[in-house]
Amino acid sequence: MDIYLLEAMINGLLLGGVLALLALGLNLIFGVIDVVWIAYADIVMCGMYVLYYLYAQYGVPLPIAFLVAIVSMAAMGVLVHMIIIAPVLESAPINQLLATGGLLFFLQSFATLLFGTDFRNIGVRLPILEIADIYISFSRLLAFGIGLVGAIVLYIFLKRTYIGTAIRAIAQDRDIIGLMGVDQRKIYLVTSAIGGALAGLAACLLALQYDVHPYIGNTFGPVIFMICVLGGLGNMIGGFIASFIISMIIAIGGYYSNTELAYVFAFAFFIVLMFVRPRGLFTR
Amino acid sequence: MLSLASVSAGYGSFQALFGVSLDVPNGEAVGVIGPNGAGKTTLMRAISGLIPLREGAMSIEGQSIAGMPSHKIIEQGIAHVPENRRLFPRLSVEENLRIGAFIPQARARFAEQLDWVYTLFPKMKDRRDQLAGTLSGGEQQMCAIGRALMSKPKLLLMDEPSAGLAPLVVQQVFELVQRIRAEGLTVLIVEQNVQQVLEVVDRAYLLEVGKIKLSGTAAELKNNNFIRQSYMGL
Repeated sequence: MDIYLLEAMINGLLLGGVLALLALGLNLIFGVIDVVWIAYADIVMCGMYVLYYLYAQYGVPLPIAFLVAIVSMAAMGVLVHMIIIAPVLESAPINQLLATGGLLFFLQSFATLLFGTDFRNIGVRLPILEIADIYISFSRLLAFGIGLVGAIVLYIFLKRTYIGTAIRAIAQDRDIIGLMGVDQRKIYLVTSAIGGALAGLAACLLALQYDVHPYIGNTFGPVIFMICVLGGLGNMIGGFIASFIISMIIAIGGYYSNTELAYVFAFAFFIVLMFVRPRGLFTR
Repeated sequence: MLSLASVSAGYGSFQALFGVSLDVPNGEAVGVIGPNGAGKTTLMRAISGLIPLREGAMSIEGQSIAGMPSHKIIEQGIAHVPENRRLFPRLSVEENLRIGAFIPQARARFAEQLDWVYTLFPKMKDRRDQLAGTLSGGEQQMCAIGRALMSKPKLLLMDEPSAGLAPLVVQQVFELVQRIRAEGLTVLIVEQNVQQVLEVVDRAYLLEVGKIKLSGTAAELKNNNFIRQSYMGL
């Protein structure tokens, strides 16, 4: 096999790890709260700015800056739920979309106002690994590894704890969950915190590879939504697998043409698949 | 143990219960019978806090529970087996039982309660890792009752446990009710299957269009002409 193609595929696989993290967060929130956070990728943007300022501007050690970014995005997730989602929880879905869509414009404009439109880099230079003539960026490898660990920790939490079991149960039957002694509002807050924390973790991993600017969310947002719909909205395992399918199409498409066209291929694949399986690849 | 005084409840502009009063004494099994749409399920949902009371008082062991949300009412010792079982279909049997033990006092006793439920329903132990949605109707009812028992309730509310089950399985479900009574639990059971429910309860109330029309011991109601004609087809 062509060694450059192999390299592209490996990089695609590694990119999939971070996308999977975001798909997990979005699917978790949709499955449990039944609301789509249109502004999810912009919460990632906020996390990247937190990391940038802490590490690049104020010299906070990287691991601590990572931790603060994750925790502050978890807090932001809770705030988003309390301020924006909770008041429209019983409203029509279109109103919920407008509310979280409004948050997207708010965050992008506010970030522009605060930070300007400059592209900023946190300035961590990680080496490029060379394994048998294949070049792999260490930052991507790290992002993939940490992303995978994050997904496994989330899986264990959902599978083994009472709160995790309640989170899965509420997604299956929210009307009677109170009969189990579960306070629905509390579970929504925990879920929003986890969703925010996943965005914060993804922000840390993406900041190693990309410059941060107020509109960086637009680069990932549409792809993440496409992944979630492809995997079946609310289906966490489906979204996880779909992340790797899409990242692979982008990587291989990019190898044969260029990155812009690769996204066209990915979206074309998505559109065709929506005709064949309108409810997603992995619907039950 | 449970006492309702002039309880009214409903959904939106629709009122389903009009001044219902009833008592469930400690250790007894009490039935609520009545036709479709009489408000039986609304009554159960009002007791467990799924819908708010419009008027009236409600207490368990003398302590008022009116206005409490459902996740607090279960902590007072009232567990509810909902109509149509409502298991979490993509959780395993054991995960369904675990969520039944969500309240703090039940979590501490999880292993003990699980043993008890598995002794009552050995079939559930065989199927512990199976997804609840793949169980048969009768097994789902066992799992739903087991899930409610995991919270170690004082009072068990059962909403139409025989609904949608084959006649032979209905028989088994009523045997289950008797086994639960033998464990010393107080039971309030809502049923359309009048003849069979009167065999397992001590007393019963007849609910029609949201009002209590009749009440008495099971024996009295079995011999009541109105009930025999309207609900037993005799």
